[in-house]
Amino acid sequence: MGVEGIGARVVRKEDKRFITGKGRYVDDIKLQGMTHAHFIRSPHAHAKVKGIDSSAALKMPGVVAVLTGQEIVDDKVGNLICGWAITSKDGSPMKMGAWPAMAPETVRFVGQAVAVVIAESKNLARDAAEAVVVNYEELPAVADVHAAIKSGAPQLHPEAPGNQVYDWVIGDEGAADAAIAKAANVVKLDVTNNRLAPNAMEPRAAIADYDSAEEHFTLYTTSQNPHVARLVLSAFYNIAPEHKLRVIAPDVGGGFGSKIFIYPEEMVALWASKKVGRPVKWTGDRTEAFLTDAHGRDHVTHAEMAFDANNKIIGLKVKTYANFGAYMSLFSSSVPTYLYATLLSGQYNIPAIHAEVIGVYTNTTPVDAYRGAGRPEASYLIERLMETAARQLKVDPAALRRTNFITQFPHQTPVIMAYDTGDFNASLDAAMKAIDYAGFAGRKAKAKAEGKLRGIGVSCYIEACGIAPSKAVGSLGAGVGLWESAEVRVNPVGTIEVLTGSHSHGQGHETTFCQLVAERLGVPISQVSIVHGDTDKVQFGMGTYGSRSAAVGLTAILKAMEKMESKAKKIAAHALEASEGDIVIENGEFKVAGTDKAIAFPMVALAAYTAHNLPDGMEPGLKESAFYDPTNFTFPAGTYICELEVDAGTGKTSFVNFVAADDFGRLINPMIVEGQVHGGLVQGIGQALLEHAIYDANGQPVTASFMDYAMPRADDVPSFNLSHTTTLCPGNPLGIKGCGEAGAIGASAAVINAITDAIGKNNLEMPATPDRVWRTIHAA
Amino acid sequence: MYQTVYHRASSVDEAVSLFSKSSEAKFLAGGQTLLPVMKQRLASPSDVIDLGKIKELQGVELSGDVLTIKAGTTYFDIMQNADVKKAIPAIAYLTSVLGDPAVRYRGTIGGSIANNDPAADYPAALLALGATVKTNKRSIAADDFFQGLFTTALEDGEIITAVSFPVPAKAGYEKMRHPASRFALTGVFVAQTKSGEIRVAATGASESGVMRVPAIETAVKANWSPSAIDSVSIPASNLLADIHGTAEYRANLIKVMAQRAVAAAG
Repeated sequence: MGVEGIGARVVRKEDKRFITGKGRYVDDIKLQGMTHAHFIRSPHAHAKVKGIDSSAALKMPGVVAVLTGQEIVDDKVGNLICGWAITSKDGSPMKMGAWPAMAPETVRFVGQAVAVVIAESKNLARDAAEAVVVNYEELPAVADVHAAIKSGAPQLHPEAPGNQVYDWVIGDEGAADAAIAKAANVVKLDVTNNRLAPNAMEPRAAIADYDSAEEHFTLYTTSQNPHVARLVLSAFYNIAPEHKLRVIAPDVGGGFGSKIFIYPEEMVALWASKKVGRPVKWTGDRTEAFLTDAHGRDHVTHAEMAFDANNKIIGLKVKTYANFGAYMSLFSSSVPTYLYATLLSGQYNIPAIHAEVIGVYTNTTPVDAYRGAGRPEASYLIERLMETAARQLKVDPAALRRTNFITQFPHQTPVIMAYDTGDFNASLDAAMKAIDYAGFAGRKAKAKAEGKLRGIGVSCYIEACGIAPSKAVGSLGAGVGLWESAEVRVNPVGTIEVLTGSHSHGQGHETTFCQLVAERLGVPISQVSIVHGDTDKVQFGMGTYGSRSAAVGLTAILKAMEKMESKAKKIAAHALEASEGDIVIENGEFKVAGTDKAIAFPMVALAAYTAHNLPDGMEPGLKESAFYDPTNFTFPAGTYICELEVDAGTGKTSFVNFVAADDFGRLINPMIVEGQVHGGLVQGIGQALLEHAIYDANGQPVTASFMDYAMPRADDVPSFNLSHTTTLCPGNPLGIKGCGEAGAIGASAAVINAITDAIGKNNLEMPATPDRVWRTIHAA
Repeated sequence: MYQTVYHRASSVDEAVSLFSKSSEAKFLAGGQTLLPVMKQRLASPSDVIDLGKIKELQGVELSGDVLTIKAGTTYFDIMQNADVKKAIPAIAYLTSVLGDPAVRYRGTIGGSIANNDPAADYPAALLALGATVKTNKRSIAADDFFQGLFTTALEDGEIITAVSFPVPAKAGYEKMRHPASRFALTGVFVAQTKSGEIRVAATGASESGVMRVPAIETAVKANWSPSAIDSVSIPASNLLADIHGTAEYRANLIKVMAQRAVAAAG
């Protein structure tokens, strides 16, 4: 490892522009002649649109146009798609209701757009929007998943009778039932995984610019995957063919999954730009973010776990209702199925698993992938079950986990996943040591003497990341391949540009990806730049989500580097009159091994471009590209242990300690990894204690601002005690597993297990607000 | 935000004069309520008259047994002020747990009590301490000033100039913070005046805003100790209920916060 190579705690290159206000976000971009869009959104959870009168608005100052849902349908802009086909247990395809970019006839959630005002300024557009009269006929609405599946419930889509999208199963039901029937003990648990609003710091935004001479669109947008956006806009929404559509995702202020998807606003901006003949900008505000950014989680689950007389798990049966909201968002169908139920084996040897997942429409904001996406729901369920089981079986929760850990790898679970490597005992040991698990009983007794309720909670999570082997996900219904591509461009003076299909929106790629180049060539990272986020610059890419950028994106860069280095070695060998096999790369020089003969890397680059003295038949230039498709998922895993105290008088939770022992395989930049873990843990703790996107029974959102929706703040969370245990991932040459989602996946169960330990009652839903904890303590 | 006309007044008289000439003016103090409401287009004043630069509205004075805080003094300046810390440390503490740093740098005591949010912290202090609200026209006892949700005795165009607090023998404030807004989910201010009167006020709890809590006052008068409140029963009727706290929970918080405030007061 060099000072800037793999494993070095290099300070982030991108932070200078971010912390000095020099970042360039979509809203910072101003185009000549640009107009501003303001959407008119439904105040009703379910209603017929009987008419839209924009005559008064059109007479107001600065108004360019008022466009409606009927017009976008008339212009044959495609309905929004769901890109992962799920098949129900009866063999039928999932049942999709149509989702036009603006509703021509029926609105199905509060915030759904019915029309858009285009004006000379944002404020003028807002003024005019108030003058547009929309005549709604209210319909009965339903927000709760159980209410939605009852007979007589309001129906959202004629295509989906009973509001059911699918009834999907995985695993062997007979084997799971048999295990439960013969079990020495069966542990039953009902849990709700609360709905969350993602709340990236930067709200979504889009600028569409149509060039009528070239019949070409440029879209600046807040996207985690600009190439996927271009693909979907082109192939399904009839905006423009791919070569006539450039998508740029410049600096993006956080995504957490919510900026994977292609939303109605981008589609409308593109369509409207062509219609009005001028660029159209839309920047969402925080209320729009709460109403329209895809939400996360929202599961209701019943689970039964069967144990034999030796406390070994012999079976697991799970039934989950997943609330999808009013429409199926881009990857929503995969989240409670292949991203959730395939992780239900957790870190444990479970011979029989069966899961049934019923996807349900409700009159709420659509739900899709949010940091962890399915895996937090699985991990929370399994780890709550393990803690509940330990209490019921009267054994130590850590010991019960150890009894059931998978210790032999590779390990084929009954739910598709084949874990490649791991050492679950090592991370449990590290976390127990860090928190002094053995000394907890003494600390609890001491706290009790002082009138405090102290608890400890363990969570041993596993996730499937490095998403994903294309052939495997294709066989499961995915509409895309999930490889990544890279290009390494060496300039004639030896500086290097790396073009990647990954997209950085907070992850620090502009630093970590340079570290790989520094590691291999021995050049300083100042000589390397990372290019991403523009479909005209970067060859192609699938973007950043699912903790895939290092495991998949960086491996693609490695493959391109290897090709470039191979050619550079040939050039160096030719120049040094040596054999190619004798050339080694050290500290920025290509050397003949064991001699003092060397040529600096910039001279190799220059030779490639002058082409005065290249090996016979070699093409000039030094630029290589690669596509990398992973062979398996990666399986980051670890143990989180939380120690806390509950104030019996108020129900308020105070952290005493929080330790995390993660196995992410090889770390590129431990400082950035720690930042990722901190952020993930805070989101997991936020879900456990604070965050909840709530609707009333009529589908009205109750938490559409930060005055009601409790985001975690610095003083809500403890200082974290982090450590790493390492087993290298055998599936990629760098041995990387990924670290972006772990904290959000593992933290919430540790917190709830600790609170329920402290208060001595097992049934407690998230978020464990002081009110809820206090009522649970004092419940009969 | 709708278009509005912004004025920066340099004196209270000028502010009053500007107000009288405008059709639907609003006074702007620290802007912690008015500006968000305007941004959401829930308020559309024709004119905004900024009181923030009026020198006579700034500062703290301690004179004998009376602490006077001028209406335009920011929370930050109040919590840092040596006279406040010395005379009524419970006010300095209340201010230190009010909102967040950004709110404390901008928000003012006059703005807070003029708005009379049912979950604001200051109304509890004024009511429990028996403060007097001074305006450009008159003096109003705290008991008469707060008149329900977002409602006060202020007349149209009347400007709060200062709040005078009699220095108590003992005082304490404890609050359960609203997890999202950081207002008081319930906060209780307890005070024992130098003449021995006990006054207890709760904010964030009642459907009709800040209120006295006579049952706790009686219990504490007999015995100034947290345990004196153990047997008090607070009914949940007429208390606020929302996603962050049921009425029963708030009834409990009134008791618990009162006990802790008594303990904090010493």
